[in-house]
Amino acid sequence: MSILLMMVPVALALGLTGLGGFIWSLKHRQFEDPEGAALRILTDDDIET
Amino acid sequence: MSHFVRSRAGRDQMDAAVEGIHCAGCLSRIEKGIGALPGVTSARVNFTQKRLSVEWGEGSADPGAVLGKLDQLGYRGHAFAPAAVEADEKARGDMLARSLAVAAFAMMNVLLLSISIWAGGMSDDTRNLFHAISAVIAIPAVAYSGRLYFVSAARVLRHGGLNMDVPISVGVLLATGLSVVETLLHAREVYFDSVLMLLMFLLAGRVLDQAMRRKMRSAAVNLAALRALSAERIEANGEVTTVPVEVLQPGDCVIVRPGNRIPADGVVTLGQSSIDASLVTGETLPQEAAAGTPVYAGTLNGEGQLTLRVRAATGDSLMDEIEKLIAAAETARSGYRHLADRAAALYAPVVHLAALLTGLGWYFLGHMSLHDALVAAISVLIITCPCALALAVPAVQVVASGALFRAGIILRHGDAIERLAAVDMVVFDKTGTLTLPEPQVMPAEIPAGMVQAAAQLALSSHHPLARALARLSVERAPCADAAETVGQGVSGTIDGKRAWLGSPAFCGLATTAPMADDARTSVLAFRWGDETVQIPIRQALRADVPQVVQALRDMGLDLMIVSGDREGPVKAVADILEISDWRAGVRPADKVALLEELAGKGRKVLMVGDGLNDAAALASAQASLSPVSASDITQAVADAIFTGDRLAPVSEALRVSRRGARLIHQNLGLAAVYNAIAVPLAVIGHVSPLMAAIAMSISSILVTVNSLRAKGSLLSAFLPDEKDDTSAHELPLTGLTCC
Repeated sequence: MSILLMMVPVALALGLTGLGGFIWSLKHRQFEDPEGAALRILTDDDIET
Repeated sequence: MSHFVRSRAGRDQMDAAVEGIHCAGCLSRIEKGIGALPGVTSARVNFTQKRLSVEWGEGSADPGAVLGKLDQLGYRGHAFAPAAVEADEKARGDMLARSLAVAAFAMMNVLLLSISIWAGGMSDDTRNLFHAISAVIAIPAVAYSGRLYFVSAARVLRHGGLNMDVPISVGVLLATGLSVVETLLHAREVYFDSVLMLLMFLLAGRVLDQAMRRKMRSAAVNLAALRALSAERIEANGEVTTVPVEVLQPGDCVIVRPGNRIPADGVVTLGQSSIDASLVTGETLPQEAAAGTPVYAGTLNGEGQLTLRVRAATGDSLMDEIEKLIAAAETARSGYRHLADRAAALYAPVVHLAALLTGLGWYFLGHMSLHDALVAAISVLIITCPCALALAVPAVQVVASGALFRAGIILRHGDAIERLAAVDMVVFDKTGTLTLPEPQVMPAEIPAGMVQAAAQLALSSHHPLARALARLSVERAPCADAAETVGQGVSGTIDGKRAWLGSPAFCGLATTAPMADDARTSVLAFRWGDETVQIPIRQALRADVPQVVQALRDMGLDLMIVSGDREGPVKAVADILEISDWRAGVRPADKVALLEELAGKGRKVLMVGDGLNDAAALASAQASLSPVSASDITQAVADAIFTGDRLAPVSEALRVSRRGARLIHQNLGLAAVYNAIAVPLAVIGHVSPLMAAIAMSISSILVTVNSLRAKGSLLSAFLPDEKDDTSAHELPLTGLTCC
C-alpha cells in the first residue's frame, strides 16, 4: 500500500497542473477570440519570404 | 475622436467596432495595415466580436488616422468606449469558469478515490486515509465553487424570499458538514463526491447562461457603436470640433450638415431645411424647419445646413414625455416573475419540509439512530436538488437564442423567450416597421435614361425623397455644376442640357398629376431640357410582409396596426394586408393606453415598432421587437432587435420562442417526473447519498440532452430562400469588401 503514498500525490499533482493551466489560459485571455484563433493559423505571416 | 481613447501607463488605447470582417484575409490585412501606421505599437482584431483594439505610445498616433486607414482598407470602423457593464460581465464570466474548473478538478479526483473505495477489498485504515484526502480536496473546492450560491441564498433569505439557491446551499452545506463529521468518526461512507458533482452540474448551467448573455451583449454594443452619433460643436472661439453626442450641454451650438441626423433636441437658430421625422413620430412626409423651429434628436436633416442651439430638458418635450412613459412601463413590467423563480418559490418549501419530516419521522417514529435519520434527510435534499430545474431554463435559452442569433435576431433579455411564447396578439407600427425605413421609387412609365439622369442629379441633394432616387444611380458621379435651392430642388447640367429636380413648381409644372392623390405617395418632378416627368416615391412595404402576416394569422395571432402617421397612409397599408384593426395618428401616450387596455382584456401583446414614439409602447407590451434601423432609445427597451430588410424575423422569433417554451415545460416536466420517482425512495431511506447524486446527474444530463435535441429542429425550420440570404442576417452588418 505504500505505493499509494506516491501515486495519490502524483495524481493530484497532474490534476492541479491541468487546473493551473486552465486558470492561466483564462487569465491570459486565451478564450477571448476563439473564432479568430481558428483563422489565424491559416495566415503564414510568421514565414519569412 | 479623442473621447474614445483611453490612456494608461504611457500608452493610448482605442477600441473600434469594425464592419465587414469575414475571413482570415480580412483579419491579417487589418492588423498589418493598422500595425504599419506610424506610432502604432499593437493592432489586434477580435474576430469573434468583430472589434479592433489599437495601442500606441501616448500622443504618438492620431485616432482619426486609424479609422481613416481602416476606411482605406475597405472596412468601416466605429470607435467606441466599451461599457463598464461589459467588463463586469467578463469578470463574472471568468469567475464562473474558474469555479467550474475547480469543481470539476475536485470532483474528478474525489471520484477517483471514491471508486477505489467502492471497488471493495480495502482495509479500514486505507479507507479512512482516502476519506481524509477527499475532505482535504473537497472542503476548499466547495467553499470556492459554492460561494456564488451561498452569497445569493444569504441575500435572498435576508430579504425574506426564496430562490433556487436556497435549497442548493442548504443541501451542499449539510452534506459537506455531515461528511466531515463522518470522516472524523471513521464512518463507512462520506458524500464529498455527491456534493462536488452537484456543484459541477449547477455551474455548467450558469456558465452556459453567462456565455449566451455576453455574446448577445457584445453584438448589441457593436450595433450601438455603428450607429453612434457625433456632433459638430461650435466652440467659444468659433472653431468647429467633432464630439460624441454624450458630451453636448444645453446651450451648445451645433452644426447639422445636410443628410445627417440631428444629434440633440434643440431649436434651429440658422438655416432652412426639411426634416424627416419618420423615425421619431412615424410621420412619413418631410417637415419644413427654419429659425425658431424646435427639432428632435434622431430626426434626419434634409437638404439644408442647420445650426441649432441644444435645449435643456424642459420637461415638456416629446423626449421627456416618452422617457416618463418608458419609466412607468418598465416598473410595471418588472412585476413579471421568471418561470424558474416561480417554480423555485413552490419547490423550495416543499423540499425542505419533506427532508425535515423524513429526518424527524425516522428518528421519532422509525426509531433510527440520529445519524441514520440525518443521512436519510440529506438524501432527500440531494436527490431533490434542483439541478435539472436550474439547467432546464438556461439550456433552452442558450439553444433558442443561438438559433435566433443566426436568424439575425439579437435577444436583449433571456426571459424574452418565455414572454414571446405566450403572445396571442401582434401590434405593428407602420413606418419603418411594416414599411422599409427609407422611401422607395415606385415603378412608373418613365424612360430609363430619364430616371438615370434624374438619379444622377439627385446625388447632389440631401432631400429625403431625392436620396431615395439617388440610390438608383448607376453612374455615381454627381454633376459638376449642381446647385441646391433649399426647399425647392436641385438643378444642374446633364449631357449638355439643363435639368431641374424638385417640387413640381420648381420644374415649371403648374399642377400635380393625379398620381399624387394617393396619400402614401410623394412626387418629385424632373425636367431635362424640354421634357418633364413626375417620379412617384413612397414608403414601400418590406418585401415579405404579406407572407409574414399570413404566417402570423396561421399561428392564430390577432393583428393590429397602430401608427403615429396620418389616416390615409395607414389605411392604405391596412387594406393591402387586410388588417381590419388599425389606428392612425396615435400619440405615444395613447399607444401605451391602448396596450394597457388590451392587457386589461387579458391579451398578451407583442409590440413591433421602430420609432421613438413607439418606445414607451414597446416597454409596456408583454414582449417587444424592434428593427435594427430603430432609434437608440427604442432599441434599448425592446426585448430583441432584428436585422435585415425583411419582416420574417418577427414570425421566426415567435416560432422559436414557442418551441423554446415548450422545451422548458418539457424539461420542468422531466424534472418533476424524476422527483416523483426518486423522492419517495429517498424518504423511505432506500437511497444512499451516492445513488442520489448519480440519479440527480442523470436527470441533469437528460434535461440538457433534451434541450440540445431541439437545436437541429430550431434551425432547420428556416425557409430555403432565407438561408440563401445570409448576408442580410449577418451581424453586425454586411461588409464592404472581402478577399
